[in-house]
Amino acid sequence: MEQQKGASTFGMWVFLLTELMMFGGLFASYLIYRLKFYAAWEAGSSSIDVHWGFINTLVLIGSSFTMAMAVWAAQKGDKNKQVMFLIGTMILGAAFLGIKGIEYKAKYDECHIPGHIIGKAFNASGGCMADGKVTGDIAKEFMEHQAEIHKPVPEAFAKQTADQTQIFFSFYFAMTGLHAFHMVIGLGLLGWLTLRASRGEFSGQYFTPVELGGLYWHFVDIVWIFLFPLLYLINRTHG
Amino acid sequence: MEFKLPLFPEQASSVAGQVDAFYLFLVLLTTFFSLLIALMIVFFIIKYRKRPDHKAEQIHGSTLLEIVWTAIPLGISMIIFVWGAVLYYHLQNPPKDALEIYGVGKQWMWKFQHPGGQREINTLHVPTGRPVKVTLISQDVIHDFFVPAFRIKTDVLPNRYMHTWFTPTREGNYHLFCSQYCGTNHSGMIGEVVVMKPEDYAEWLASGKAEGSMASMGEKLFQEFGCTTCHRPDAGARGPSLLGLYGRPVRLSDNRVVIADDNYIRESILNPNAKIVSGFQPIMPTFQGVVSEEGLIQITEYIKHLSQQDSEPLSNRSNPAVLRDTEVPTIQQELKGRGNEPAAPSGKKP
Amino acid sequence: MPAKHYLNDNYGIRSWLLTKDHKRIAILYLCTITFFFFLGGMFAALIRLELLTPEGDLFHSDTYNKLFTMHGVNMIFFFLIPSVPAVLGNFILPIMLGAKDLAFPKINLLSWYIFIVGAGFGLAALIGGGVDTGWTFYTPLSTGYVRTPVIVLAVGILIAGFASIFTGLNFIVTTHRMRAPGMTWGRLPLMVWANYAASLIMILGTPVIAITLILVALERGFHIGVFDPKLGGDPVLFQHMFWFYSHPAVYIMILPGMGVISEIVTCFSRKRVFGYTFIAFSSIAIAVFGFVVWAHHMFVAGISTYSALVFSLLSFAVAIPSAVKVFNWTATMYKGSVSLETPMLYALAFIGLFTIGGLTGLFLAALGTDIHIHDTYFVVAHFHYVMVGGMVTAYLGGIHFWWPKMTGKMYPEAPAKLAALITFIGFNLTFFPQFILGYLGMPRRYHAYPPEFQVLNVLSSAGASVLAVGFIMPLVYFLWSLKFGEAAGDNPWDAKGLEWQTTSPPPTHNFHEVPIVTEDPYNYGEEANVVH
Repeated sequence: MEQQKGASTFGMWVFLLTELMMFGGLFASYLIYRLKFYAAWEAGSSSIDVHWGFINTLVLIGSSFTMAMAVWAAQKGDKNKQVMFLIGTMILGAAFLGIKGIEYKAKYDECHIPGHIIGKAFNASGGCMADGKVTGDIAKEFMEHQAEIHKPVPEAFAKQTADQTQIFFSFYFAMTGLHAFHMVIGLGLLGWLTLRASRGEFSGQYFTPVELGGLYWHFVDIVWIFLFPLLYLINRTHG
Repeated sequence: MEFKLPLFPEQASSVAGQVDAFYLFLVLLTTFFSLLIALMIVFFIIKYRKRPDHKAEQIHGSTLLEIVWTAIPLGISMIIFVWGAVLYYHLQNPPKDALEIYGVGKQWMWKFQHPGGQREINTLHVPTGRPVKVTLISQDVIHDFFVPAFRIKTDVLPNRYMHTWFTPTREGNYHLFCSQYCGTNHSGMIGEVVVMKPEDYAEWLASGKAEGSMASMGEKLFQEFGCTTCHRPDAGARGPSLLGLYGRPVRLSDNRVVIADDNYIRESILNPNAKIVSGFQPIMPTFQGVVSEEGLIQITEYIKHLSQQDSEPLSNRSNPAVLRDTEVPTIQQELKGRGNEPAAPSGKKP
Repeated sequence: MPAKHYLNDNYGIRSWLLTKDHKRIAILYLCTITFFFFLGGMFAALIRLELLTPEGDLFHSDTYNKLFTMHGVNMIFFFLIPSVPAVLGNFILPIMLGAKDLAFPKINLLSWYIFIVGAGFGLAALIGGGVDTGWTFYTPLSTGYVRTPVIVLAVGILIAGFASIFTGLNFIVTTHRMRAPGMTWGRLPLMVWANYAASLIMILGTPVIAITLILVALERGFHIGVFDPKLGGDPVLFQHMFWFYSHPAVYIMILPGMGVISEIVTCFSRKRVFGYTFIAFSSIAIAVFGFVVWAHHMFVAGISTYSALVFSLLSFAVAIPSAVKVFNWTATMYKGSVSLETPMLYALAFIGLFTIGGLTGLFLAALGTDIHIHDTYFVVAHFHYVMVGGMVTAYLGGIHFWWPKMTGKMYPEAPAKLAALITFIGFNLTFFPQFILGYLGMPRRYHAYPPEFQVLNVLSSAGASVLAVGFIMPLVYFLWSLKFGEAAGDNPWDAKGLEWQTTSPPPTHNFHEVPIVTEDPYNYGEEANVVH
């Protein structure tokens, strides 16, 4: 048993290493383009809602806390607390996904989804109609912001920067999308763990699955801790 | 079916012989070591074949032998590396006085332009005895410009210029291949490099119908697109003057210093706000989608032409962004000054 | 043959499709990848048929482009990468370690199913017309200029990649945690070291190709601009990301083969291997160095001169450990007692052909020559020498070596030796002329070529027909041996190694009692004249 536990924990760490390499490839490309299109990265970052991002960060940190409590409860053999904390983690995870859905919908409305397959064609410089209003005009926002900080830019520059935010949003959706995909899988795993916990399968002698589930969940959380500043906090000087 | 069994392509450039010599050295090395291993194996399986009275001797190993047969291949590898690197450096760096030809690759053909404006499709005429630098770009996917007889090759990319150079040494017609898979007619994207005596080349140039040199066509585009509105040599101009610009260092608004080469000019036209010249505002609109690759090449030629014309010193400060040689900072000065100076204002706000 | 063993322990399709026995999973993989080998081989035959004449007169260009793409994809992703690890490694690794099974048997089965799904996507892409981007999927060609089912194929490859990741994960954990008592790291058979090193690459490299293909699929599906120069993307970035995996991938392919060779050479020289520690560590060195040489595929692609110099230098470094192995294997035969059964024939062929293949790699690592031979048939010849002359040869040698253990039957020796000889001749005739063709300047992926290249192409195609015979023969006689082969006995080769201490075929749980290891590996020679 000891050997099996040691083996499976080791195996989970190796698996998380592969996940790190996968996200790593994505992060590396993000960095390369950020260096190339810094102004567009700034403009794109300002156009996603940092409030939701921050709330989501708190939500995920909270969920890691409840997950850790679930592992502790499993180790103690306290069935009720295990189920409670696991369900709590799932609720927080679902909340995270819900908020992500709100954010994605906002981007959809503002014509900020890259390409032209989903929703309306990408358009960040005026002309995106939603509910009779023009929204998502990054060019205008960028110009206004630059004027505020006494570094005015002409319209052509703002438009070009806005056009280049398409790549920023490509990475935004790819990175948060891959992360959300992992969260959905995580929710599935948590559901399965909750079921087993409710049957009293875990105790001080055997709580390995909960521990491994915890490792996975913490990993997904840590990826978000990196995603949040890289996407939401690029030289923000305003809300 | 032709019954030819050639082993080497013709040597038609100044480097072909050097590449072949290096190749031959590698062939001999490979043959030697392969034969060595093969013969040793054959020898061992015969001499030490299984026989009833014969027992194998259990040898753990020999650290000395391991060191020897690690060090020797390492040493030989380093020799190969250095030889190859030196040859490569030579192959990558065209001489300054090279004849400059531009090429555009697209699915599935090659278009070439000589400085005098002569155009060719899938054929490239060049003279012997003079270095030729070919600057290439693609209109669509990645291609590759490969002339086996010259032993040169370069990928041809869609987002920036690449170049290769060669000095033809023998008259004749040689294959030009596209050697980066580019779709349906990749094997059909072949052409011919026609190497002629310099006199014959001059004659060929004269006979072709050129609509004017590349530089003059570039000048026309420069005016058509309204570049002269901003890019003028006078003090109040909204854009930097392009006199004497090509090939010189330029100071940017973030204090970086870059060289104004082909790629810089191309980027400045297509993505003008990537690099802003110090003392100017980022007001230049982009011409992406407006000017073709050939047009870009012609405009670049025109700008080069401006530099050659303008041989007088820059003492009249008509182009403050272009640095005199004495003004090009040394590395130490750059490092010290970095981050300390604000962008140099020069009263040029619109 | 023992009365009860892993093959007859349970009958019925469910007992196979839901098995957790690593040996049965190995057999499942064997059947699957054999199918893909012959599928890829059929594409190769058609390619060589077309190349008999200079004109592109057999197939339309688009068809030819699909042929070489599907040949490459099938051979690399659906045959070579799983071959030794998923078949021989799966079967023999736990037994070599003295374990009952791998650390995660259910994940092992899952890995096979994931592979089936991935390969299924691959077949779907084939049925959907086939892809014509080349197995390298260079952008922007693959993301914006072809109308073939690229996304389906890319998804299939990335799914199959996860099968590879799970296999590697399983091997690593098993090697660390499931060794029998007394089996220290220094007593591991070299097959284990080789598969361990390959597994390290599998888990670190494969995720990168996964994300690269995901980005290609997104770009193609949604035009997001990651690699599209018109939107600011960089097509060369794709090449960096692609080769960051695909170069180490070639070491995933060759390292397990090298492990097989170590096992065979010692057994048929009746000698402990020469330089055990050096061979073991060179496997790890190859894995490590293999990760820092990827841009040697990109010397003319637009990387800076300085990058090129660095990558060239490192590429020479990665060649050295392989050379060390070749010397050690050769030295193992010195003062040995050598016999030439079929596995040994394949092992010797490997040493010779891999040496040539590896040395021709030096031509490519050297910048001065690479400019000329990059993207020509020289490269094609080089990688077929190491992949076919090396890897496939090692795989076949391993199959012959462990066939009696896996099935309890002996294959017929005479036809096997003949097949080995035919393969060797056919292989060299096919691929040696391609070195010459490459230096002459014939580019890769050309289905029509200038007439002066014809003689060499005809020689190559002739060789291919001989090679095909050499590959089909084992299929025939192995199947024949299942019914009519002689019973093998526990240890037909009189080899050392834990797998030979159990029955042929082994029982489901590998050993009747947990073995305790007290000897060094390859402990041939009882009253040993041990010379240090």
